Amino acid sequence: MSFAVARTDSSILGRWWWTVDRWTLAALACIVLMGALLVAAASPPVAQRIGLPTFYFVQRHLLLLGPSLLVMIGVSLLSPTSVRRLAMVCFLGALGATVLTLFAGVEIKGATRWIHLGPLSVQPSEFLKPAFAVVSAWFFARHHAAREAGQRFPGNLIAIGLYLLTVAVLMKQPDFGMTFVISAVWFAQFFLAGLPILFVLGLAVMGVTALVGAYFTFSHVASRIDRFLNPASGDTYQVDRSLEAFVNGGLLGTGPGQGKVKLSLPDAHADFIFAVAGEELGLFATLAIVALFGFVVLRGFQRLTRDQDLFVVLAAGGLFTQFGLQALIHMGSSLHLLPAKGMTLPFISFGGSSLLALGFGMGMALALTRTRFGMHGDKR
Amino acid sequence: MDSAPKTPRPDDAFRARAQVLNLEGGARQVLDQARTRLVVVGAVFALSLTAVAVRLGDLAFLTQPEPRAAIAAVQPFKAERADITDRNGMLLATSLATASLFADPAKVLDAKETAKRLAQALPEVSYGDILQKLEGGGRFVWLRRNLTPRQQAAVHNLGLPGLDFRREERRIYPAGAVTSHVVGFTDVDNHGLAGIEQSFDKMLGKGEPVRLSIDLRLQHMLRREIQQQIAEFSALGGGGMIMDVRTGELLALVSLPDFDPQSPGTGDAVNRFNRMTLGVYEMGSTFKVFNTALALESGRVRMDDWVDATKPIQVGRFTIDDFRTERLRRWMSVPEVFTFSSNIGSVREVQQVGPVAQQRFLTSLGLTEKPSLEIPEVGRPHVPNPWREINMMTIAFGHGLSSTAVNNVTAFAAIVNNGILRPATLIARPDDYETSGVRVVSQTTSENVRRLLRLNAIVGSGKNGNVPGYLVGGKTGTAEKAGGGKGYSKTANLSSFVAAFPMNDPRYVVFVLIDEPHGNKKSYGFSTGAWVSAPAVGRVIAQMGPLYGVPPVDENEPSVQRAMYVNATAPGRRLGTETFVDATLKQPIDPKKAKPPAKLVSAPASNSSTLLQKVKETR
Repeated sequence: MSFAVARTDSSILGRWWWTVDRWTLAALACIVLMGALLVAAASPPVAQRIGLPTFYFVQRHLLLLGPSLLVMIGVSLLSPTSVRRLAMVCFLGALGATVLTLFAGVEIKGATRWIHLGPLSVQPSEFLKPAFAVVSAWFFARHHAAREAGQRFPGNLIAIGLYLLTVAVLMKQPDFGMTFVISAVWFAQFFLAGLPILFVLGLAVMGVTALVGAYFTFSHVASRIDRFLNPASGDTYQVDRSLEAFVNGGLLGTGPGQGKVKLSLPDAHADFIFAVAGEELGLFATLAIVALFGFVVLRGFQRLTRDQDLFVVLAAGGLFTQFGLQALIHMGSSLHLLPAKGMTLPFISFGGSSLLALGFGMGMALALTRTRFGMHGDKR
Repeated sequence: MDSAPKTPRPDDAFRARAQVLNLEGGARQVLDQARTRLVVVGAVFALSLTAVAVRLGDLAFLTQPEPRAAIAAVQPFKAERADITDRNGMLLATSLATASLFADPAKVLDAKETAKRLAQALPEVSYGDILQKLEGGGRFVWLRRNLTPRQQAAVHNLGLPGLDFRREERRIYPAGAVTSHVVGFTDVDNHGLAGIEQSFDKMLGKGEPVRLSIDLRLQHMLRREIQQQIAEFSALGGGGMIMDVRTGELLALVSLPDFDPQSPGTGDAVNRFNRMTLGVYEMGSTFKVFNTALALESGRVRMDDWVDATKPIQVGRFTIDDFRTERLRRWMSVPEVFTFSSNIGSVREVQQVGPVAQQRFLTSLGLTEKPSLEIPEVGRPHVPNPWREINMMTIAFGHGLSSTAVNNVTAFAAIVNNGILRPATLIARPDDYETSGVRVVSQTTSENVRRLLRLNAIVGSGKNGNVPGYLVGGKTGTAEKAGGGKGYSKTANLSSFVAAFPMNDPRYVVFVLIDEPHGNKKSYGFSTGAWVSAPAVGRVIAQMGPLYGVPPVDENEPSVQRAMYVNATAPGRRLGTETFVDATLKQPIDPKKAKPPAKLVSAPASNSSTLLQKVKETR
């Protein structure tokens, strides 16, 4: 490394540098750079279309990228215990704020998810998402730790309770996408935490039931699934444009800024930025993006398979799952592998306050996967 | 848990330790399971990402993009469509490179704005039309073909995205309507749709030019004179032809009304009807030329024979009578029958020959078959079937058999050209090509008919077509138009005049036909060929003779006098009034099976180079 940090440097940053997973850090840096490029390419037409200054989104993206990275690195300095405490505080705060949106929120496109804090519009559920993953992990882990110590602690029950509460608040907004991600991550954590296979199947059935229920309860969910299963049943304009973009892009793309999908898609800078990447940068670049996300998630998992701390495994596992799942849904939607669902591509899409939440989530994941004394069982 | 021993025993200690181990083992089990399941989650995730990658490859690598305008535009540019020229190399049709405007609707940002600004720049296109095309989807749509450079610059300067130009060529017809019926026209993609453009479409498309037999100067002259007659006699239309009798080349072919080949779709569809080649008409009295030639050629009628025209002929419910009866109704000599254009006399003559020979003869002249002209607009004659005695009688004076004007001019040219028939053509004959012909009548018959034609132009109905010095000979025709199945109209005529000159050695046939002329003061109310068509033919010959270097003839010169000598009052045989029936062929034969009993003779090619030389000298 050019800015040599001595191995013996025992300052906070020095220790951090030698213990944090630098490969994941590098991959995240690549993703962030790719994101900055793509937002710069995709957002000007969108901004012009809705009457904002041409570089409005570019400026906001770059402006929030700094704080987001600072938050990520700052959080990754913490110890697992501090992470757990921070997450708990954040969870309570975000949950409260989310409840607040139901009363004081601003309605955008039929849902109240946002609170205005001065110049910044914040979607508190974005922060709720990673915090909840860590909090659930702690309760699952406590459940087992208590049993190990011969005590009884209803960790699983509390986790279930918190889950139901959170989901209830989110569905009230309503925010189907967020509910889906939180549910999937929570379910994955519960699965990791040793949920018997029978219960796994039971919960899977319940999940499917919930999806079917959502299909019949929420008309917009129903119409999106209909259009996915039978494209002729409705307007598939956005997905069609998106697929066309990938085809147009071919292997090498039309070149940054040269694409045209962003001219016709309203959310080209957010929910369809992957299509912009496909058109302007081509197949090699999109495969690289897929590989980067795969690398971050799988490398995180790989580090966790050697970890001795159940809390760390569950919490970091949940955070990485969430990160990867969000990317998968985004890519799947724009490739018509999944029903159209507005989901940002982490660190690449323009996201405003969600960038901060991503920094917060990945900061915790980095903190939890740092090399610790005794992490491989040498404590005992 | 029962781990509260009062006195620790080794056994207890061991058990406690075992329990701890057991508990530790339980925790480890949970952790191990968590790690294993983490691998499962990771595998699911990896599989999903693989699916995404495969889908990406499928879309970006294996899916063919919709053809883009740019790709379509790269098609190799077709070889330029070749020119069509007249016989002297004057351009009749040529191609100009132009720019055509197209749009890639997928690249057009704002269809409404684009349509609005295009409609402003190009006043002849409408906002709505462009908008509809731009909103129609697809990747390629023509907006406006063949822009002028000025229009192209105007569109270019708009700077609208999604619009582009493609180099095209546009067919230009310098002679315009003058040659429209011959040259024809093309569609916007330069495919021939009519005339020479259609019949020589492939050759022209390959870049090989076509040189027509047409002489643009004669074409202009003929058209002007016919136009004047049409206007003077308030006629529906008309037409005319000039043919070189030695080659069959048509030096002019006019059908009026005509059209602008640049925008053929704009005028009345009737304007695109070629009266000379596509229209089939009963030609009336001009057919008496063929009838006389038939009678003389058969050997059964001689120049000094007399026929009984004292009374009309009754055939069933038909009565055959003459046009101006007061001075007729008597025995007439063969020359008189011709110059008075007697219907009765003509019937008497053909009666000596019979229907079978008549049918054979007209077939040998090509009057019963579609003429083999080089344009697609050619009509098929209407021929009676069966060919009975009554058909024979009416055909003798030009009714009951409809044929095209080209048929008639070709047959007429054969009769005056020493009996050698050459098919009509619109293509210039190559200089090194010896034309051959088919003999249809003997030299003597041809000479005799020429005498009669000349006589008719001096004392008969052709007087108005005579031009001093050019020995014009011709025959008029005034056919009553058959109207709507109700017999013949008394007021609607087809008035024609067919002439050749110089009659001692004919070179050119000039034919004019006027459709439904109305008599006026100048013509003493007449709308006949003598008054309507013959003057136009005369004017054409008067202009054409000097242009083509035809030397004027002194009509009083003994050799000319001898060649044109006719004695119309010489005493001769009086012919009977019974129809001759060919003993070998009792039944009239099917005209479709009839074959002309013609022998092929080779004739000297017209000295075309000399002709052209003379043309150049006279210019």
